[in-house]
Parts: sequence; C-alpha cells; structure tokens
Amino acid sequence: MSDTADTGPVLAADGTPLKRSLAKALRVQKTRALMLIAPLLIFVFISFVLPIGNMLFRSVENDIVEETLPLTIPLLAKWDASTGELPDEAVYDALARDMVVAVDAKNHTKLGTRLNYELTGMSSLFRKSGRVITKWDVDADAPFKEKFIDLHEDWGNIEIWKTIQTHSSKFTGGYFLNAIDMQKTPDGIASQPESKQILVKLFTRTLIMSLVIMMSCILLGYPVAWILANLPARQSNMLMILVLLPFWTSLLVRTSAWKVMLQQQGVINDVLVWLGLVQDDARLIMINNQFGTIVAMTHILLPFMILPMYSVMQTIQPTYLRAAKSLGATNWTAFWRVYFPQTIPGIGAGSILVFILSIGYYITPEIVGGTKGVFISNRIAYHISSSLNWGLAAALGAILLAVVMILYWAYDKIVGIDNVKLG
Amino acid sequence: MAKPLDTISMPVSLPFTLSLVGLLIAALSFVAGVSTAANFSQFLLTVMAGAGLAIAFAYALISLFDSARPAMIVSALLGCAIGLALGSAGAAVLGIILGVIAARLVFWVHYRQYRRGLPTYLTSNQVLWHYGFRSICGAIFIFLITPILVVLPLSFNAEDFFTFTPEMLRFDPEGYSLKHYRDFFTNNEWQRSFKNSLIIAPIATIISVSLGTLAAIGLSQSHVPFRRAIMAMLISPMIVPLIISATGMFFFYASIGNWLEGSLGFNKTFVGYIKVILAHAVLGIPFVIITVTATLVGFDRSLTRAAANMGANPVTTFFKVQMPLILPGVISGGLFAFITSFDEVVVVLFVGSASQKTLPWQMFIGLREQISPTILAVATILVVISVCLLTTLELLRRRSERLRGMTPS
Amino acid sequence: MKLTKTLLATTALTVFAGAVTAEEMTIVSWGGAYSASQLKAYHEPYSEKTGVTILNDTSSAEAVAKLRAMSEADNVTWDVVDVVAADAMRLCDEGLALEIDPDKDLAAAPDGTPASEDFGELLVSPCFIPQIVYSTAFGYRTDLVGDTPPSKICDVFDLEAYPGKRSLEKRPINNMEWALLCDGVAKEDVYDVLATEEGQDQALAKLDTIKDSVVWWSAGADTPQLLADGEVVMGSTYNGRLFSVIEEQKQPVAMLWDAQVFDLDGWIIPAGLSEERKARALDYIMFATDTQRLADQAKYISYGPARLSSAPLVGKHAELGIDMAPHMPTDPENAKNTFLYNYEFWADYRDDIDAKFQAWLAK
Repeated sequence: MSDTADTGPVLAADGTPLKRSLAKALRVQKTRALMLIAPLLIFVFISFVLPIGNMLFRSVENDIVEETLPLTIPLLAKWDASTGELPDEAVYDALARDMVVAVDAKNHTKLGTRLNYELTGMSSLFRKSGRVITKWDVDADAPFKEKFIDLHEDWGNIEIWKTIQTHSSKFTGGYFLNAIDMQKTPDGIASQPESKQILVKLFTRTLIMSLVIMMSCILLGYPVAWILANLPARQSNMLMILVLLPFWTSLLVRTSAWKVMLQQQGVINDVLVWLGLVQDDARLIMINNQFGTIVAMTHILLPFMILPMYSVMQTIQPTYLRAAKSLGATNWTAFWRVYFPQTIPGIGAGSILVFILSIGYYITPEIVGGTKGVFISNRIAYHISSSLNWGLAAALGAILLAVVMILYWAYDKIVGIDNVKLG
Repeated sequence: MAKPLDTISMPVSLPFTLSLVGLLIAALSFVAGVSTAANFSQFLLTVMAGAGLAIAFAYALISLFDSARPAMIVSALLGCAIGLALGSAGAAVLGIILGVIAARLVFWVHYRQYRRGLPTYLTSNQVLWHYGFRSICGAIFIFLITPILVVLPLSFNAEDFFTFTPEMLRFDPEGYSLKHYRDFFTNNEWQRSFKNSLIIAPIATIISVSLGTLAAIGLSQSHVPFRRAIMAMLISPMIVPLIISATGMFFFYASIGNWLEGSLGFNKTFVGYIKVILAHAVLGIPFVIITVTATLVGFDRSLTRAAANMGANPVTTFFKVQMPLILPGVISGGLFAFITSFDEVVVVLFVGSASQKTLPWQMFIGLREQISPTILAVATILVVISVCLLTTLELLRRRSERLRGMTPS
Repeated sequence: MKLTKTLLATTALTVFAGAVTAEEMTIVSWGGAYSASQLKAYHEPYSEKTGVTILNDTSSAEAVAKLRAMSEADNVTWDVVDVVAADAMRLCDEGLALEIDPDKDLAAAPDGTPASEDFGELLVSPCFIPQIVYSTAFGYRTDLVGDTPPSKICDVFDLEAYPGKRSLEKRPINNMEWALLCDGVAKEDVYDVLATEEGQDQALAKLDTIKDSVVWWSAGADTPQLLADGEVVMGSTYNGRLFSVIEEQKQPVAMLWDAQVFDLDGWIIPAGLSEERKARALDYIMFATDTQRLADQAKYISYGPARLSSAPLVGKHAELGIDMAPHMPTDPENAKNTFLYNYEFWADYRDDIDAKFQAWLAK
C-alpha cells in the first residue's frame, strides 16, 4: 500500500486522479439535483416571486406626480418654501398647462387621490379645479396666479404647494412611513395626527391575536394528537375523520357556521338560555369582537396544528415512557422530561404553520371580527379594493411579509423546515 | 350485549357512588344557580336540592334493581313523564335520553364498570385521569365537529336565511324543505361553478404534484447548493398573505393572458382557465414540497443504488422503486393541493373572470350578495362525499390488511 | 401519465368547444334578487333576440378597484357594469368608463321624447346610463321595538327608546348625513356642514353615541339576514332588499320611510374595449334601457325605473301579484321626507372623509 502513495495521486479505475473524479461525480450529482429542481423553481420564480416583488415595488413607486405635472415640478423644485411666499407666476403658468393636459387625459383625479393620502383636501381641490380648468385657454388666459386663487382659495395656501413639492420625487418612503403611522411632511418626518393612528395598533393586534390563536391551537391540539397517536389504528383512523372533515369543509361554510353559532340569537346563546344558564336579556356577545375571531380561527387552523403533532407523536416509542416510569419517574416527570421534549418538533412545526397562516388571514376576521377583531390583512384588503391606495397596501404587505420571513428564518434555524410534516 | 352489561362485578361502597353522583349534580346545579338564583340562600337551595334529589334517585335505583337494564327502562320512563309534564315533545325525548344516561351512569359507577378494559394495576387517580383526559379530548372533538353538524340541518331550512326557525325547532315538517338542494342541482350558476372547480382543481393538483415531487427529490439529494434559499422560495406561496399574492398575480397573469390571446391567438375562455389553473398550481406547491420532503427524509438511499446496480435506468428506478415508497407522501401532498384549489376564493376572484367562476367563488357570492342556504346544501353534499370517501379508504385499508393475513389493528 | 394526458386533452377540448359556439359578454352586477330581476327583464330577452350568451359576474361592490386594475393591466374582461351613480362618476373622472351620447346611444321614449329628456336630471355623469332609482332606508323588527314603532330617522340614534343593535353600512356615505340630521343640522345645510372639518367631527361624535350598538355591514345580504335572525332591531339597507324580506320572505319586518337617501344605479361601459365588444355593449345598453325594459324590471324588484316614460307602465309583482307602486321609493306616500344624495359632494370629499371614517371605526 505504501508504495502506491509514492507514485503520485490516487487514481480512479479510468486513470483520472481520484480527487478530480470525485469532484466530477459531485458536480454531476449537484447538476442532477438542480435539474430536478429547476422546472419548479423557474415556474415559482416567474409566476409568483416576480409578480409579488412587482406588487411590493408599488410601495416606493411615486412617478405619478412628476408624470402628471411634468412642467410644474422642475420649476417648483427651485421654489424655496421657507420664505413663506407663494410660488411665482411661472409655476402657476406651468401648472395651468399641465392641468389642461391632465384634465384632458383624466389624470388629475388620480393625482388628487394620490396627494390626498398626504394631505386631506387635495382630492377635492383637484377635482373641483379640473372642472373649471378644462375651459381655460393656456395661451390666452394668462396670468394664472390670480385665476387659480379665485378658483379655489387653497391654491393660495402655501401648505398645498409644500405638499406637492415634498412628494414630487420618483420614489418615496412615504408609504412605509404611513404604514407605521408616521408621515412625510414638508418639515420632515412626523407622526400622523392622533385620529389617523391605527396601523401600528392593528399590527400589534394581529401579532397578539395570532399568538393567542396559536396558543389555543397548541392547547387543544396536543391532547387530540396524543390520543390519535396512541389509540389502536382502527379507532384513531375513525377519529382522524373528525379532524379531517372540518379541514375539508369550505372555509366560507365553517366561518358562516360560526356566525350561526356565536351570534346573540345563535345556537350557543339559545342553548344557554334554554338551560337557564343565561338570562334572555343578557345574552353573551361572542361575535363581532376579538373573541369571535379567535374562536373561529382556532377552529379553522386546528387541523394544521394536529396533523404535524400527530405525525411526530406517531414516531415516539411508548417504551421510553415505560422505561422512565420503571426507573421511578412519576407520571408527570415521565411526560415532562421524556415524552414532551420529543414532541417539540411537532409543536414547532404546527405553531409556525398556524401563526403564519393566521397573520395572513382576512376572510374569517372580516365576517366574524366586527371592528375590534380585524387584522392588518383586512386593512390591506380595504386599501386594495376600497380606498385604492395600493402603495400603502403594498407597504403594509411588505412589512407583514418581512415579519413572516423573519419568523420563517428563525424557525428554519432552530428546528429546520424539513421537520414540518402534514400527516 | 346483554351479558357483559349485566354481569355484576364487585360493587363499590354505596356512600362512594352516592357522594359521587351527588357531587356531579351539585356541580351542575351550581352553574344553573349562579345565573338564575336571585340571592345566596336561593342559590344554596338550588344546589342542595339538586344534589339531594340526585342522591335519592341513585339510592332508589341501586336498592331496587341489581342490573342496569331494568333500571334504565324505569329511569327513561320517569324522564319521559317529567318531560311530558313540562309540556313538550322535545322535552320528553330529552327526558328519555337523560333518564337512560343517568341510570347507566349510576350503575357504571357503582359496579366499577369503569375499570373494565384498563390494566388492573392502575391507581384510582390514574383511572380518574384516564377518563378525565378522554372527556377533554371528547370536548375538543365536539368543538371540531359541531359547526359542521350545525350546518347540516340548516341546509334543509324552508326559509332563505341561515336561521333556525321556530318550525325547525319544533320538528315541524313545514319548516324543512329540499329546495336548496333543488336549487343546487337545477341552478345554472351553481352547476357551472361546480363543473369549473372539477376542471380546475384536478389539473392544478397534477401540475403541482408532478413538479413538486421532482423538486422534492432534487432537494433531498445531498450537496444541493443554496438549499435553504431554494426551499424558502418554493414555500413562499404559503407564507405570503393571500391578498398580496392575489393582486400580484393578477397583474402578472393579465399580461400573460394578453400575450397568449394576442400573439398565439388562443381563445379568451381557454386562456382564462390556464391562468386560474397555473395560479392554483403555485399555491398548492408548498404543501407538496413539505409532505414529499418529509417522506424522503426517511428514505433509504441504498435502495436506489441497489436498483442502479442491477441495471435499472434512473427512470425505471424512479417509477419502480422510489415512487411506490414515497407514494403516501405524494398522495397526501396531492390532497392538500387539491383542497387548496378546491377551497380557494381570494386568488380566483382576482385572476379569474366570470367564465371561470369556481364553487368557492359562487359560495362567496351566496354569502355576501344574496342570502342563500344553497351554500349550506353544497357543503352538506361535500361533507357526505368526503365522509364516504374516507370511510371507504379506511375499509379498504382494513380489508387489505386482512388479506395480507395481518390482524386489523 | 397517460390518464393525465387524456384528461388534459379532453378538458382543453371541452373548454374550446364550449367557448367557440357563441358570442359571449360579461355583465357585472350586484347579485341576489337584483341580478335575478335583470336576468328576467333584460338578459333573457336579449339573449333570445340576439343569441349572445350573457355571463353574470357579481363584483359590482369592487367595480372601481377591479376596473382600475384591469385597465392598468390592459385586460378588461367586463363588457357592461352595473354601478351606483357615485362610482360611475368616479370611474368617469378617472377615464375608466366610456362617455356616451344619450340621444344617439339610448332609445327614445315610445312617444318620441329623446332619451336625454326622458332620463332628465338623472343623467348625472356623461358615462352613466341610469337604470333604477333606489333608496337606502331603515327596516326594523316589528316584534322587537315595543308598542311605538320607530317613525323618525333619529330613532336610530335613540338607544333608550329602542335598545338593541342596529346595522349600518361600513362607510361614511349616508351615515354621516343621518348623524348630522339627528344632531340638529337642517336638511339643506347638511352638506355645507359636512364639508368642514368640524362638521365631520360632529357627525362622527354623533355616531360615537351608538357605536357600541352598531353591527357594520358591507354586503347587501347582511342586514336582511341580521333582521331575520333578530340579531339587530333595525338596520339600513337598500329598499329592494327590505321589500324581499317583508313581502317575499314574510319576516316580521317593516320599513321606516324617513330621510331615506335617494340614489341612482345604472350601467357604465368600461373604457378600452375593442370596437367589436364596444358595439355589442352599446347594443345591449340600447336594448336594456328602453322604456318597456325598465318598467319590466319593476315587476321583480321594488326599485323605480329611471325613465319618466316607464313609470306609468309599472304594474304588479310577477309572482306575488301585489301592486308594486306603493313599494317604490318614488311613491308619494313613501317620499314624504327623502334625503337627496349630493353626488358632487361625495365625488369631491369621498377620499377625505373615508380616511377619517375608517380611522374612527378602527379606534
């Protein structure tokens, strides 16, 4: 053996050095693995990651101001707001020219809506002005300063001009500031007026309620998973049907079922009144508040907790417990020191699933949550489909996504995502 | 059945049974007393009276009968009589049920039948814990299943609301009708959306299962570069809040759709289906990845090597060796993916257009824009189908175990 | 795998086969009894006449958001959309709806009166083709309000006389006006007051007094369901929904005709349709908004037709056989004290007040 070592590197059967041959084999293996992953990776990347990224990009995008007012913005940039004087006639003239074009293309209302996020009153200012400006002749009717101020006194208000100037850049952090109840004002970053501060509260509420939902899922899921894992298969499979059945029933149906159960004239209250446990005029309020959301979401997400726990518990040998007991451990010690630690991966997997799913939910809170039991996702949905403030929706979404990503990363570091099993 | 029920084992002492029953009823009357009694003495009276009556009842049963069956009949008759005295058929039925349960309980406690089937070495506390734990689990199962059970009778409601009408509670046939089922089977909108769901969900599932399984196999190889990042990206459809995915995907699929229609000249409806199917396939992928990688963690690599050694090419190895072994994982991932698509309402509302209306979409309308218990009828039908499917699967499993000569576990 | 292929191929075939047979158009509306009345009065006769298949979408509640997204993505899949007048103005302002010429694009009345006169003042926006007059009114449970049923709008704010929950729509429109009316503001001053910061705060403060007893609704089916359950004692919703609860479902509910808000609902055609689709949409509009069609719709639902010439043609309910006129918001008996919705005001101030209202709601 020793003489081969002298003759140089170890060779493989075909004469190439073994090191290179192994490296080549490794490379082939890597390539093969990547080839297997590639189709899906490309599919998910193109059809999911890119579109989401594109959507989230709206949270910083702000070219509408400059595109709608191309002549005004460069002139306005030179205006020094700190002098306390209104911009000069040149700016008003440029604004008139821009507005005539914008009104023709019906873009001024969009700009008004955009600026209204920053200063209430902008939307009505632009809409009202638009109706008059459309009749102006830009070349003949100059000068415009007086005309604008006649048209609406706000055009003589320096705050309006400051706001336009502050928000004229192509990209803005304004939406992100709005998302944490701050705002970008001409005088720097400030917090929103008290009456508008709700988003931070909603974020905390979402996190706290998701934690409560997660905890109640653990509390309810653990015994069920244990009994499923420890009963003979014949019985446990039958009980498994009880777990899977709600899981396979439409989310909408389950949510409306909870509505039927929880409302004041609902099943639970009716039964309690019938039993005499509750007075007819003092029926419990269990819906349109946080309680309703927590109960309904716990029910909806419970299978996501039970299934991973069950698959972990199934693999735990009952002999460990018996061994612990025969070595003199009490029931509690045997459970807490021997059994419970082995189930932690299951609890972890279930918890992360439930938590992540619950902070993104919005249909169930919308239906049973009233005003006190809604989540940040309801706010995102509101901004996407009612107020049309997509920039803010994207900023809120980006923050929410960041929270989820951090959780995911932490989970992957601590437990490893491979340990998540679903039955 | 009569024999084991009536077999008399050694009774426990009479005071034990009586005090247990007394305590139980006292606890119940405590709850009732708290909410209904006007003052403390009335409350005390409620509790005492409840416990006293229960003890007398148990004592009478035990001394009059030595087996459970006649006691149950008498007690049921008694319950029925009290119910009738209270004046409604419902109360009488409830009285019978409670009577049977009460008598059964008394004898069960008195003759230590609760010890049956448990190891004899357990201490009393352990027995107590055993039953306590079972009742907790029972309560959780009730929590899981009640909302569904509540929905079932409502789907037979004769009115167009999600409300238990007085007629329904009186079990008046007038209060019940099959009209919501009729609506589901005759209404064009429901039929079309059901058909759409049956087209979209299976195809989306097939796409996510086939691509997902391949990728999971790739991921399970050793030495995959950027494994964590890749995994995170593949799981992302599950963790991005749905409303964001929906809007993002809307813009993407709109441009894809324009391209397919404009450059390739595809039909608009067909393109619509492609869009929804692809969107749902993406949403189902994380579930397939998670379940299949989990199965592959325990997969013995030497099996594929052995197959390769014997001259099988990779494709044969995959289908003949690997696939059968990881099939349970693939199937369960597929089920998850199927349900994801079959129950998905947010994304389809954005990505789809009216001709791709799926069942959940139609249900969403049924909930928001028009009051229509038809959605409850649909839910009932789906629940019945899934119960049948699950039961069939379980029976098949038992049969195959029997055929293989194993005793069904 | 073979099965998969076959399955894919068959599906593709069915989808193709199903689609190429006929012309299709997607009409978006509100769903429920309202869509059903349109189906009977407009869609079915139109399909019969032209052979066009009509697909129903029920996304009117999100019409503005969806249309904006569609136009941005250059992929408008809707052909005709049913929206309230305020949404129509908003869409028109943003260039998302097609402007029409009433006298050219709409049918004249049977006596030759041009459409612009027949619709009259109801043509509130150049893009909007009015269809019905409806009102947002309150309904109450007759068995839950005691011996003196509510008769004035301010009874909604009176928790002492009428304890229990009430349902209000989850948006400022209408609620702010009612709040001011019941806070001592004269009817004609409401919008002037509401245009000021103080006025808005005043309205919210009034709403604050009942906030804990309010169930907020966002879908048209909510209030009828809540009333049927007895979950609320009174609630605001569209008068047609209440008609259906009272007359068709026979629930113990009655109408409170006071300060109900008059509003319009009608069609718009999205901007940016291809010439062929635009022509078809216009053809449909011409058909569906003629005098007879509008009167026909009133046979199925208690909304008043938007044409003057249709009013005399309104008859009895198609199934119940009851006279429809007394259930119309336009009936003199019902319209004693109505509140006129100010479109221009809400077009201008909606963004401002919405933001405030939503923040107030979440507090």
